[in-house]
Amino acid sequence: MHEVDMTRCLLLSMQEWRQRHAPSVPTVRTVHLQVGDFTCVEPEQLSITWGVATADSWLQGSRLAIEPVPLVGRCLACGGSYSPSAAAGYRSPCCNRPMEEIVSGRELRIRSVDYELRASETTAPNAPKPDPNPDPSPTPSQSAVPSAVPLRT
Amino acid sequence: MHMPLEDSLGLNLLAANQHRAEHNRAHFDAWDLLCLNVMSSPGAGKTSLLERTLSQLADDFAMAVLEGDMTTQLDAERLEAVGVPVVPITTGRACHLDAAMVSGGLRLLQQRLDPADLDLLWVENVGNLVCPAEFEVGEHRKVALLSVTEGDDKPLKYPVMFREADCVLITKVDLLPYLPVDVERIAAHIHQVNPHCSVIQVSASRGDGLDAWHDWLRQQRTAQQSRSLVVA
Ligand SMILES: Nc1nc2c(ncn2[C@@H]2O[C@H](COP(=O)(O)OP(=O)(O)O)[C@@H](O)[C@H]2O)c(=O)[nH]1
Ligand SMILES: [Mg+2]
Ligand SMILES: [Zn+2]
Repeated sequence: MHEVDMTRCLLLSMQEWRQRHAPSVPTVRTVHLQVGDFTCVEPEQLSITWGVATADSWLQGSRLAIEPVPLVGRCLACGGSYSPSAAAGYRSPCCNRPMEEIVSGRELRIRSVDYELRASETTAPNAPKPDPNPDPSPTPSQSAVPSAVPLRT
Repeated sequence: MHMPLEDSLGLNLLAANQHRAEHNRAHFDAWDLLCLNVMSSPGAGKTSLLERTLSQLADDFAMAVLEGDMTTQLDAERLEAVGVPVVPITTGRACHLDAAMVSGGLRLLQQRLDPADLDLLWVENVGNLVCPAEFEVGEHRKVALLSVTEGDDKPLKYPVMFREADCVLITKVDLLPYLPVDVERIAAHIHQVNPHCSVIQVSASRGDGLDAWHDWLRQQRTAQQSRSLVVA
């Protein structure tokens, strides 16, 4: 159930991205996500609801590629990394410390978007303002140009 | 064509909600009020606790409630009876409040009062131990409730909520004599996933722990005010 809301929010985030950065409505192939194990998001559920949520939208036909990120803790007693688990009460096996520092596992991140721009659409009337620092690469030809744009590394 | 993107944008899956939450928080800061997001599973005692806290702190703080967990109109009436403005938030079928819903509630609240006159703004979230933890509404502090009737394994079963909380209230401790549950074990489990959070045992019906809880609140408010003095 709550993946529907997550999906809706992801859609809004994608909308924000597009309005700021895509020069026209792009054809999005794949949205690459990182989803940490220590979040309330079930990757499989998210993929299922994505298809439904994006139907009839500009993201129709796009795919979510979800990279799970394991929960890793750092034991503050010895500095060692460990995999906190519910079974072990999230304690560090080395020194039996509670889960103090989380190194990874809280990610809910849009890593990159694979999309194509059709040259004929780059001058669409409601296209967002052009990038003030345009990339000097040549404008795309009539054929679609795929690109993978990292949002954050 | 390769479009370089700003690093600061679109990094979070929930970025759209995050931006709205930050917007809400900027308003709260401008109004100099402390916003608390109160979360728990259904029936853990959020409304009952608020009833007690609103009436006991009425002379100390000017307060209002954004009520996102209305089972019946009665909940709002119970809180209004204490003399505190309560604005119901329409959640549809959502299982948590999000920042946009809270901003809608704020607009309604502003029709009734000037938020700059408030010290504390309470947000009672939808009863759910899972996703409210991921959806910020602009709060300064997260308060999670766990009743002793829910069992001592809940902090390990819903660790994200208890990890994110700044304060966890173990509620209904008046029932402990009748339950095969070890309250120290509940507290230990909370501290295993969140070693630095405050854990306070309370009973809204008998009054246990309310002083400690209200002290915690006063500390948070004081900390916020001394911080804004430093910034100013
Ligand atoms: N014994 C006992 N019952 C309580 C206490 N606090 C709340 N309750 C009961 O728990 C039920 C749910 O409480 P409520 O405040 O509506 O929970 P909410 O859904 O989290 O807002 C009600 O029947 C309350 O009377 C308490 O401290 N002790
Ligand atoms: Mg309630
Ligand atoms: Zn160690």
